[in-house]
Amino acid sequence: MKKEGEVRISSGCAISGIFCRDGRRISGEAIKRSIAVMHSRSNGLGGGFAAYGIYPQYREYPALHVFYDSETAREETERFLGRRFDIINLSKIPVRQSAKIVDAPLIWRYFILPLPHMLQDSQLDEDEYTSRAAIMINDSITGAYVISCGKDMGVFKAVGYPEDVADFYRIDEYEGYSWTAHGRYPTNTPGWWAGSHPFSLLDLTVVHNGEISSYDANRRAVEMYGYTCNLLTDTEVIAYMLDYLSRKQGLTLKECSEVLAAPFWSTIAIKDKEERRRLSYLRKMFSSFLITGPFSILVGFSGGMMALNDRLKLRSLVAAEKGSTVYFSSEEAAIRIIEESPDRVWAPRGGEAVIVTLDKEAVS
Amino acid sequence: MKVLDIRKNGLRSIGRQLGEETTLTGCLGERYIGCALQEGILHVEGTPGNALASYLDGGTVLVDGNAQDAAADTMNAGLLAIKGSAGDALAYGMRGGRVYVLGDAGYRAGVHMKAYEDRKSILVIGGKAGSFLGEYLAGGIIIVLGLGHEGERITGYFCGNGMYAGTIYLRTDQTPLNLSDKLLKRDVDTREKESVLRPIITDFASAFSIPAEKCLEGSFIAIEADGSKSYSQLYAAV
Repeated sequence: MKKEGEVRISSGCAISGIFCRDGRRISGEAIKRSIAVMHSRSNGLGGGFAAYGIYPQYREYPALHVFYDSETAREETERFLGRRFDIINLSKIPVRQSAKIVDAPLIWRYFILPLPHMLQDSQLDEDEYTSRAAIMINDSITGAYVISCGKDMGVFKAVGYPEDVADFYRIDEYEGYSWTAHGRYPTNTPGWWAGSHPFSLLDLTVVHNGEISSYDANRRAVEMYGYTCNLLTDTEVIAYMLDYLSRKQGLTLKECSEVLAAPFWSTIAIKDKEERRRLSYLRKMFSSFLITGPFSILVGFSGGMMALNDRLKLRSLVAAEKGSTVYFSSEEAAIRIIEESPDRVWAPRGGEAVIVTLDKEAVS
Repeated sequence: MKVLDIRKNGLRSIGRQLGEETTLTGCLGERYIGCALQEGILHVEGTPGNALASYLDGGTVLVDGNAQDAAADTMNAGLLAIKGSAGDALAYGMRGGRVYVLGDAGYRAGVHMKAYEDRKSILVIGGKAGSFLGEYLAGGIIIVLGLGHEGERITGYFCGNGMYAGTIYLRTDQTPLNLSDKLLKRDVDTREKESVLRPIITDFASAFSIPAEKCLEGSFIAIEADGSKSYSQLYAAV
């Protein structure tokens, strides 16, 4: 076997997303085929999917997807949850055993509802109550990792190539209106189960191609607001920054994108007066939330998806549209394999978010 | 003309079979198609992957659809003609030959293109170009025509930043946004248009069977390094 340095592995992570604006729910088969085209961008050390609209029968309840290293961690977590939530339903997440996916943790799913008196006593809203519980589990229970905790959505991730991860989790058996996928090639941090993408908090998920040079500055910023970074991968902090900016500060997603990928001062200088004032405000007010370094990300949330590049566009990102379906991917080929003739194919500009949401008629 | 299916024949067999004219069908993201091709004509159908025609060394590669990132990377000689659009980092570090794109080019097209003695890199983009067009340009000619985008901006931010030789021609009368103060913009006169641009653009138009006159309509501006400023002195003092 050739050692590192004797063989060149040309990789660089892959992301892909499909969003049905009409709310039509499609099987996970399509996103698997899309991400598989970019097999050589990942190296088998991480793959994952986020899916929205997959639990319509439980859409009122936060769905927790949890990895456990041991039965002890599971028992401790279930006791923790039992004190704070009604557990409406719990089960192992069904998997298809495969030689390509090994060392799996225990993978459980819970549909939960905050205990009314506990929620009331906490003086928090339901989202904050649930997100604090998820952060507390990740931070304080050894060997337990909440990988998603939103409503009517879920994250499925593992160490392996994304197409094998898809088979392992049987994602062809789920139907969602929105899907994102990631193929990982870790460069700075270990490839491990909880460190695969997507990263998630509540209904917000992030898949990311790139690396965050400003990671520590960003991490320190979110840690001041009660988030903890435990998953040993830079992307985690993007999920928390977006949660803070959108849910807690009430910024629109477009404004969030103008914070994360703030234009250069020289670019701001040539905007008109009102725009200059607005962009300067966002840059100054949330300066610790600027992400430097190359990235392309797909952000999933209930009812929508956002695609965003760093302002220099140092990672590739292609978008396409066919009827009411929108596609994003690191490579055009990964879109063409599932939609041979899109109505429109375009490359979003650096720092300019593309945000798609469900059509009004599709929101019930 | 030979017709090969990339799925059945694979990329390596194609390398051996080239020499005349070959059509490669069914491309979907395969990298390095036409890499270092020295002779012959390769027609590419579908969506070829990254590093298409990289190190191209005299051959001709014709693409009927769009190309992805890093097409014509470090190309040495020959012709790459793309009927659709190109991704980011097109013709990076190109050393000679011609790259023609009928549609748009992404970010960082023609970064650090070069020219040396009889080798002159030529990049023509029919549509619009993204930011950092011709960054660190060291030689050769880049032309952006903006066909179908008349009156709009046809380049992004930081056009020609850090360039110290070569020329960027734009078919527009608008100066690119935030153009560096180390660069000079000038209007192209009729003599230069006829002697420099007409031969290149006529060749570009014939590659896609479109009328050359339409591509030459209107005024052009040229962007070059300001010889009195530091960049050109720093790297290529004359």
